[in-house]
Amino acid sequence: MTEQVEVKPLAVRMHNIHKRFGTVQANDAVSLSVRAATVHALVGENGAGKSTLMSVLYGFYQADEGEIEIEGRPVRIPDAHAAIALGLGMVHQHFMLVDRLSALDNILLGAEQGFFLRRAQAMARERLLALMQSSGLVVDLDARVGDLSVGDRQRLEILKALYRGARILILDEPTAVLTPAETEQLFAVLAKLREQGCTVILITHKLKEVMRLCDQVTVMRAGRVVHECAIAETTVEQLAEAMVGRKVSLGRSEPAEEVAGEIRLVAEGLRFTDAMGCVRLKEVSLSLRAGEIVGVAGVAGNGQSELLAVLSGLASPQAGRLQLGAQTFGVMPGERWLDPRIARQLGLAHVPEDRHARAMVMDFPAWESAVLGYEALPAYSHKGWMRRAAMMAATAAMMSRFDVRPPLPQLGSSKFSGGNQQKLVLAREIGQNPVLLLVGQPTRGVDIGAIEFIHARLRELRDAGCSVLVVSSELDEILALADRVLVMNAGRITGELPIEACDEKTLGMLMSETDVAQVAEEVEA
Amino acid sequence: MDELMLGTLLASTLRVATPLILCALAGVLAERSGVIDIGLEGKMLCAAFAAGAAGAVWGSSFVALAAAIGVAFALSMLHGYACVIHRGDQVVSGMAINILAAGLTVVLGIACFHQGGQTPALPDEVRLRALWPEAPEVLGDLIGNGLAGYNVLVYLALALVPGVWLLLQQTRFGLRLRAVGENPHMVDAAGVSVHGLRFSALALNGLLCGLAGSYLVLAQNAAFAPHMTAGRGYMALAAMIFGKWRPLPALAACLLFGFLDALAIRLQGAVLPVIGEVPVQFIQALPYLMTVILLAGFMGSSQAPGALGRPYLKER
Repeated sequence: MTEQVEVKPLAVRMHNIHKRFGTVQANDAVSLSVRAATVHALVGENGAGKSTLMSVLYGFYQADEGEIEIEGRPVRIPDAHAAIALGLGMVHQHFMLVDRLSALDNILLGAEQGFFLRRAQAMARERLLALMQSSGLVVDLDARVGDLSVGDRQRLEILKALYRGARILILDEPTAVLTPAETEQLFAVLAKLREQGCTVILITHKLKEVMRLCDQVTVMRAGRVVHECAIAETTVEQLAEAMVGRKVSLGRSEPAEEVAGEIRLVAEGLRFTDAMGCVRLKEVSLSLRAGEIVGVAGVAGNGQSELLAVLSGLASPQAGRLQLGAQTFGVMPGERWLDPRIARQLGLAHVPEDRHARAMVMDFPAWESAVLGYEALPAYSHKGWMRRAAMMAATAAMMSRFDVRPPLPQLGSSKFSGGNQQKLVLAREIGQNPVLLLVGQPTRGVDIGAIEFIHARLRELRDAGCSVLVVSSELDEILALADRVLVMNAGRITGELPIEACDEKTLGMLMSETDVAQVAEEVEA
Repeated sequence: MDELMLGTLLASTLRVATPLILCALAGVLAERSGVIDIGLEGKMLCAAFAAGAAGAVWGSSFVALAAAIGVAFALSMLHGYACVIHRGDQVVSGMAINILAAGLTVVLGIACFHQGGQTPALPDEVRLRALWPEAPEVLGDLIGNGLAGYNVLVYLALALVPGVWLLLQQTRFGLRLRAVGENPHMVDAAGVSVHGLRFSALALNGLLCGLAGSYLVLAQNAAFAPHMTAGRGYMALAAMIFGKWRPLPALAACLLFGFLDALAIRLQGAVLPVIGEVPVQFIQALPYLMTVILLAGFMGSSQAPGALGRPYLKER
């Protein structure tokens, strides 16, 4: 096995790459060698320098120092155009597609042959059909990209790269947005491409996936390469340790003795239709007990966001009732729905999914972001006058308790990394000792080290008798945290399981059941 | 209504609509590339002044046209320099162009020609004449007045509508232009210059604004008068938005505005049943009122390009 790998020539060789942004050394003497026709994983936490390295390779940035060789020849890559010409193809985490154009036009863009589109389209279609056949990447070329599913868009991106003659594919966090079934499909395609001689560089932080698909792995931390080996010779634990620089445990830790206490929240028959007239929640009912973490699993966009909005009082449903402690809320005449102010008074705290839009004001200094929503508390203000010193002190305390780095209350909110922002928001919400905590995507865009920390705090809160609802599109997170799991799919709760009955396969099926049904319908039609 | 009246109504509709069409197309090109162009009014006004001044000094319609296009082009490039290269606010830059145009044309007009801001009246040989002046006699009142007998810019404007549509929908340049207005990151990733595309769009935009401005001086009037655009740039902008950033619906909106304008002139002093004589001011305000009503009431969900107004910055 290893001998076979040795024989393969190098597809990419980056040597001694340095790249600095202002005071930040994003890449510090980084070297990377990728053998042809292998899948090479590039792993590391956020800000470890993986994306910068790949941007240098793809011509988005110029390295301050260092050499690049593609297929044995030294090259300079001044821009993306040059990269494409050298046979590189990149699939970005945020798809580089135009929603309003057709799939075909998206592929064509930048590689049109001739001034008039009609001929170019016809020629491209022919080549693409052949390409689809050989690679197994099937996309409806005439569909508007805006109407395609996330998995389709990703296939389109890969197809686009192949169409441009890519022999070396760079995929940036490709599975972050996929359902387990779609991930399966993607991996099958990548394996097939590898067989056909394509080289794949996979940027990821999901170590299990690395172990399943990749041949080689390079681990980066703080701008340097810290570990490099064949997959066959390593384990998830070793890789995680190399990434974070210390031992981490992301597995389950069993709850303290006492199980679920009294019921804290009951929601019944929630129905929510959004402004576009799309039904987002259909007859959703759930209850939360003291001292348990309830996980809501599901592919993003299946009603979880709306569920959080309705439960936290940010949005009123069209139908349904909510019982919170001794109070009841509803939408019938004479009743009113919860609003966020009352929610706070009743001890319901909310860590929103979209940190930037809902949880912080990015232009505020940290100490202002850290009291938002609680600024009316007597500790923070008196007759409308803010107590600046008290707020600063409170923020400093939060920062030391939640290990927010750097611990500078004056620093702008946007200057913190995602993990530290999230810790600050969590500190703010937990700080008032809530009886109920709603958390959306607690670790989206957060490093492994911080994930471990955040999970530990949530467990602590549970053990202290708080009732916690965690919405996450990361199955691993649900499995690590939850005591009870609700699965959401197309606006309904399609399954409720105690954690003992959960595994990735069962949840994955519950999450994507209608996917299968929809596909069947499409095939019939 | 007799044939003559219909014919002249149609004729004045087209005459009023022509600068609107040219400007609206200019707006479509700029905004589909992601650059808000609120400066149509100012560019048209400057172009009109340039046409008037150059026509008066050199006595050549070609020089007048070239001057108008050159000035509008320069202003478009200024807009691009501020908004595309330096990522300035596109609305502020456009407004700056409008304010600059309103003041500068008057000041330069007074300084150069001493006629209260007007330029000297252009002799007939400098003005654009109808291609076929005898058309009404040959073809009859309706067709002769309504469809034939215009100057070259009217036909050019009409021909440019499918022209711009073709350019946007059927060419490589058009595909890239549309894409850059929706998602410049993707265009950059595809190895095509975002700035290059936006500047090309603005260059075409300047060309069309120049034609619109010169039409006002060389065809509609015989001289430049201060503030002679009278909000037409904004109406063209409204027509473009009402047409959802597409050339053909924008043409329809321009024709509607042109028709209302023509109707307004017809209706002056007319006595309508029930209402009686309609005040002139109301009639004159009608096209503008309709602009507001149409934009507010009948727009539906807008279809603005995704990256409209957002300067492109490479992120890391």
